[in-house]
Amino acid sequence: MDVPRVDITPEATAVLRQLEAEHGPLLFHQSGGCCDGSSPMCYPRSEFRVGQRDVHLGDVAGTPVYIGGQQFELWRHTQLLIDVVPGRGGGFSLEAPLNVRFLTRSRVFDAAEQAWLETCQPRVGPQVLP
Amino acid sequence: MTTATRPTATAKLPRLAAAFTPKIPIRARYDNWIAGEYVAPARGQYFVNPSPITGQPLCEVARSTHEDIDRALDAAHAAALSWNTTSPAYRANILNKIADLLEANLDTLAFIETMDNGKPIRETTHADMPLAIDHFRYFAGAIRAQEGGISELDHDTVAYHFHEPLGVVGQIIPWNFPLLMATWKLAPALAAGNCVVLKPAEQTPVSIMAFMELIADVLPSGVVNVVQGFGVEAGKPLASSPRIAKIAFTGETTTGRLIMQYASENLIPVTLELGGKSPNIFFADVMQADDDFFDKALEGFAMFALNQGEVCTCPSRALVQESIYDRFMERAVARTRAIVEGNPLEPSTMIGAQASNDQLEKILSYIDIGKKEGAKVLTGGERRIHPGELKDGYYVQPTIFEGNNRMRIFQEEIFGPVVSVTRFKDADDALSIANDTLYGLGAGVWSRDMNTCYRMGRGIKAGRVWTNCFHAYPAHAAFGGYKQSGIGRENHRMMLDHYQHTKNLLVSYSPKKLGFF
Repeated sequence: MDVPRVDITPEATAVLRQLEAEHGPLLFHQSGGCCDGSSPMCYPRSEFRVGQRDVHLGDVAGTPVYIGGQQFELWRHTQLLIDVVPGRGGGFSLEAPLNVRFLTRSRVFDAAEQAWLETCQPRVGPQVLP
Repeated sequence: MTTATRPTATAKLPRLAAAFTPKIPIRARYDNWIAGEYVAPARGQYFVNPSPITGQPLCEVARSTHEDIDRALDAAHAAALSWNTTSPAYRANILNKIADLLEANLDTLAFIETMDNGKPIRETTHADMPLAIDHFRYFAGAIRAQEGGISELDHDTVAYHFHEPLGVVGQIIPWNFPLLMATWKLAPALAAGNCVVLKPAEQTPVSIMAFMELIADVLPSGVVNVVQGFGVEAGKPLASSPRIAKIAFTGETTTGRLIMQYASENLIPVTLELGGKSPNIFFADVMQADDDFFDKALEGFAMFALNQGEVCTCPSRALVQESIYDRFMERAVARTRAIVEGNPLEPSTMIGAQASNDQLEKILSYIDIGKKEGAKVLTGGERRIHPGELKDGYYVQPTIFEGNNRMRIFQEEIFGPVVSVTRFKDADDALSIANDTLYGLGAGVWSRDMNTCYRMGRGIKAGRVWTNCFHAYPAHAAFGGYKQSGIGRENHRMMLDHYQHTKNLLVSYSPKKLGFF
């Protein structure tokens, strides 16, 4: 069994490729809180300082996805799917000028997936960055 | 490049706005407001701004870049030379004049805010605008009443403490209460003698421009400059500029961290308001009688739908004591179903449109995960498609979920008209659930027993605990977060501290030397 904690849709991948062409390697950080929170923020990989307690959920289309450590504990029973919808900006996320917004969709892991995921804890902190 | 005249073209409004004749028109295109006039963006780019009411384009707005931020900072620093040293009385008079102008144009600004944000006009007319007006008057009074300090260190030595403005500050405004949140940041900054470069949210760029046009003859040019555009293109160069003495931001946690990161490079202070997941706690004694108090408590429950739930302190977790749970929820669901949905421009409408399409999609994705986690929908739970011109607008039904505090819908701010309800046994249990969250911005406690209220209020780790009320925002009460909800406070006289330096003059009146050398 190999269960990713995070995945990405083909539509979001296409936007990611477009942004990579302009900005180089990228990074996602899942935000929390209000306004534009609860959505993934996409930055140039060297822009955002990944913290010591940020959890590396995995890579999607070659781009690492992080979430704050405390937030991860509350979200860890769900799989995240990064999608994209027509939209208008959100924080300093890179896709705003394209008139789209990355969006996190979610599903609950089943018992077998949960059991498997407990055997492979995600990496924490910035060390996985190239 | 510079256009000193105001643009004349007026935006084409939907038919449902035909009854309104705003004194300040919504313009077809907005440039930036720099040094007291409209200035086209350096790269000549604009983005389309839709109205959430219809989902259709409303106007075009400057898509600014770092060149425009630099130009605005030039204007602000030029204005600061005189504004920073104006007298408190002079600034207070200007703030009072701004309040008077807002009051005289309340209906116009309420209309524009509703068109741009989607919130019901009964709220912009009776909440957003009156609060903004009062806020300017409050800080006009506060700055005149502010005292410095004199400390007599000994008979010949005195420490004088003066308040001095920071200089030029940056402010990034959210889209949920565009004018009111701009006012929360502008009024204390101006009262304290600062000049401002302000970036509105790209979702709601219009009302602040009407505001700037309105006050153009009252406020000296360059004291407030507004640069429109996207966060990454205009917000980032502002937040990371070495030419601001402070950055204030309202938004969410990841951007909050990035802003602190930029601020650390320039060693400037930040204030952050980053949201919450506010519990609203109903003790059994609220149902002791079916009276005005219980009616008020039910309204307090339904407050999750105020502003379509797009409030950082939305009471999006309701905790109801188990002994009254079924009876209380029967009444609470009925109260929620009585919320009038529809055209935000109708005075009877209680819930309008979400502010943007992506906000609508995010709320629906949260409703989806709530259902997948096994939470029970007691009412709502779907997008609302209204007929006619509203059909492409961004509407969501007021939604009540029943579940438990470990679910995602209990732990993340959905920022929509969605409340998640659970039960508690006793006060200890309620406190434990209330504090089981990453955030701590607001909370509500409802009980006829003031000892219960007091103990809960002191026990809840949140910056504001509404006690037998909710969603009141008077200027003279401090607002801000514990835990991941942010840093610093807004409102209240103490807000001046976030926009002032303390200057200490340490003066010796003794002619005698110390004797060391």
